[in-house]
Amino acid sequence: MPQLLEVSGVSVSFDGFKAINNLSFSIGEAELRAVIGPNGAGKTTFMDIITGKTRPDSGTITWGEPPRSLRGLSESRIAQEGVGRKFQRPTVFEDQSVADNLLMALKKDRGPLAVLMFRPSQADRDRVAELAEEIGLTATLGRKAGELSHGQKQWLEIGMLLAQEPRLLLVDEPAAGMTPAEREHTTDLLKEAAKTRAVVVVEHDMEFVRRLECRVTVLHEGSVLAEGSIDHVTKDEQVIEVYLGR
Amino acid sequence: MADTAFAAPPRRPLVLRQPSILVFLACLALFTLAVTLLADGSGTGAISTSFVKTLGKTLCLCLVALAMDLVWGYCGILSLGHMAFFGIGGYAVGMWLMYARTRLIVVESLANAPLPPTPEEISDGIATQIFGVVGASEFPPVWIFAHSLTLQLLAVVLVPGLLALVFGWLAFRSRVTGVYLSILTQAMTLALSLYLFQNDSGLRGNNGLSGLQNLPGLGEVPQSAISLWFFWASAFALGLGYVLCAWVVSGKFGSVIRGIRDDEARVRFLGYSVEAFKLFVFTLTAIIAGIAGALYYPQAGIINPAEIAPIASIYLAVWVAIGGRGRLYGAVIGAALVSLLSTWFTGGQAPDLVLGPVRIQWVDWWTILLGLSFVGVTLFAPKGIGGLVDLVTERRSPSRHGADLGPDHGSLREREAQE
Repeated sequence: MPQLLEVSGVSVSFDGFKAINNLSFSIGEAELRAVIGPNGAGKTTFMDIITGKTRPDSGTITWGEPPRSLRGLSESRIAQEGVGRKFQRPTVFEDQSVADNLLMALKKDRGPLAVLMFRPSQADRDRVAELAEEIGLTATLGRKAGELSHGQKQWLEIGMLLAQEPRLLLVDEPAAGMTPAEREHTTDLLKEAAKTRAVVVVEHDMEFVRRLECRVTVLHEGSVLAEGSIDHVTKDEQVIEVYLGR
Repeated sequence: MADTAFAAPPRRPLVLRQPSILVFLACLALFTLAVTLLADGSGTGAISTSFVKTLGKTLCLCLVALAMDLVWGYCGILSLGHMAFFGIGGYAVGMWLMYARTRLIVVESLANAPLPPTPEEISDGIATQIFGVVGASEFPPVWIFAHSLTLQLLAVVLVPGLLALVFGWLAFRSRVTGVYLSILTQAMTLALSLYLFQNDSGLRGNNGLSGLQNLPGLGEVPQSAISLWFFWASAFALGLGYVLCAWVVSGKFGSVIRGIRDDEARVRFLGYSVEAFKLFVFTLTAIIAGIAGALYYPQAGIINPAEIAPIASIYLAVWVAIGGRGRLYGAVIGAALVSLLSTWFTGGQAPDLVLGPVRIQWVDWWTILLGLSFVGVTLFAPKGIGGLVDLVTERRSPSRHGADLGPDHGSLREREAQE
């Protein structure tokens, strides 16, 4: 089966500390994947490498069909290729309305002149309304994003990612700081999204991961320790030792 | 569900979506009309020609403040170099004014000679007239287009634009941001100003260009009329600049640059090339500043390198901060108010303030007052004078949960502002 993203043999070190050590990882076109690991396992650095924020010292990152290298592209270029990223802390533009936030994220030409001339068509407005419906923010479209609750901001950010129509979605701890009801909604959103695209969820919370019902990759000290179903990895001796056990 | 408030009507024209544009244009038109009716050259004479010039210059300063607000208030780039672009615009138009007028004088004086003068003689005559003061008698290379008004007017736009493009490309590409970028722009400004101070810079060193208020070939037209022409042109340029800036910040482009101001990395991960947007705004505002300068200096009559010194750009930032950055009318209010007050206080008209043994003479104390009001605005009213409008319209701003109020790291945080 052709893979959407293939990371192989990637290493990166900061001042001699190997944050990522010969890491290999791949994900298919429409797949949900959870990445777990203890603090300092390199989960965030792993995302930084894929999105272009951190340049790897060695290794290859190939993407799409036909496979192209993502190494050396700028963050904005990689985002245009179809890699969307959600940060741990909800980062929405608080000074702007929910609708403006979504409109900015809609998949359109990103060049300055095209953006300057851009005026939303009826189709764009409908799409924004549709997205708002999906993330449950229809009633707050006209309000400034800064007035939303923490959970609503998380959804808005997920909505912005969906608006980008990425082929790969990287989600960093989406359930952090959410109420149980909000978590359930988030799980549904992610599962729904994974039907049409690849979704990688980095998460601490085992219960949340279990509810995602997907393959799990366990990171430890910058490389893959185990991979498989949640039941498989939770029974793995090494995983228990470094992460679950004590 | 598509028929929410957001999705409802098709787009209305810009001025209807932003009523502040209409209000601004109406105020500007009324002001222009009032000055025209009261001016020496066209009306009752209640306003002297020199004050018409002051008002016209103020309008140009408002225009450059708009540019500063666009680049700083909206895009978060605290440039301390925009008055350099302003000065370059002034130099570009000043070169033609000085050349053309000196040429008329030289031609006239040579007309009585027994033999008709050759073009070389005329050219040498002009050069001696203009550059005698710095001990030169030949045209430096930068004056190559000075004979042509069209080319010099092109230079008003192209030189600041190209300089901003090259400088911005180098700076933004290396991801220089925040205070480091401010220092870099200030260094550029200082370097330019120091270079121009040299006699062999080709622009008459510290003498600068003078006599710019005299338009070539219009010797019979009184200054009272010329001052009004420039006043009208400045008002027109300000109105046009306001509409242009309002249009730029109105749509998605405005959203993106405000996003860059608030969270640059997030915009990058949305797929926007932050560097390209910054470069666009930086260059556009440099061009606006150049045009404002080209209108300002013929009214001022003289330009010299001191006008380009970094302090001028710092004043510009102070005006925008006091007026209220991130809103266009705020920049205009700040520039108009502070520069007119400054004219009043430093013109010796303000009465001295006697506080016991201390006699406060405003000519000296004005800068201190300005400095204190800048500190005051920064600490207690980060929205500036423009924030007063919010009290009227009760525009609610979001709680930013203690995030930085300003675009730069280290600016005031919400919690601190409330205390």
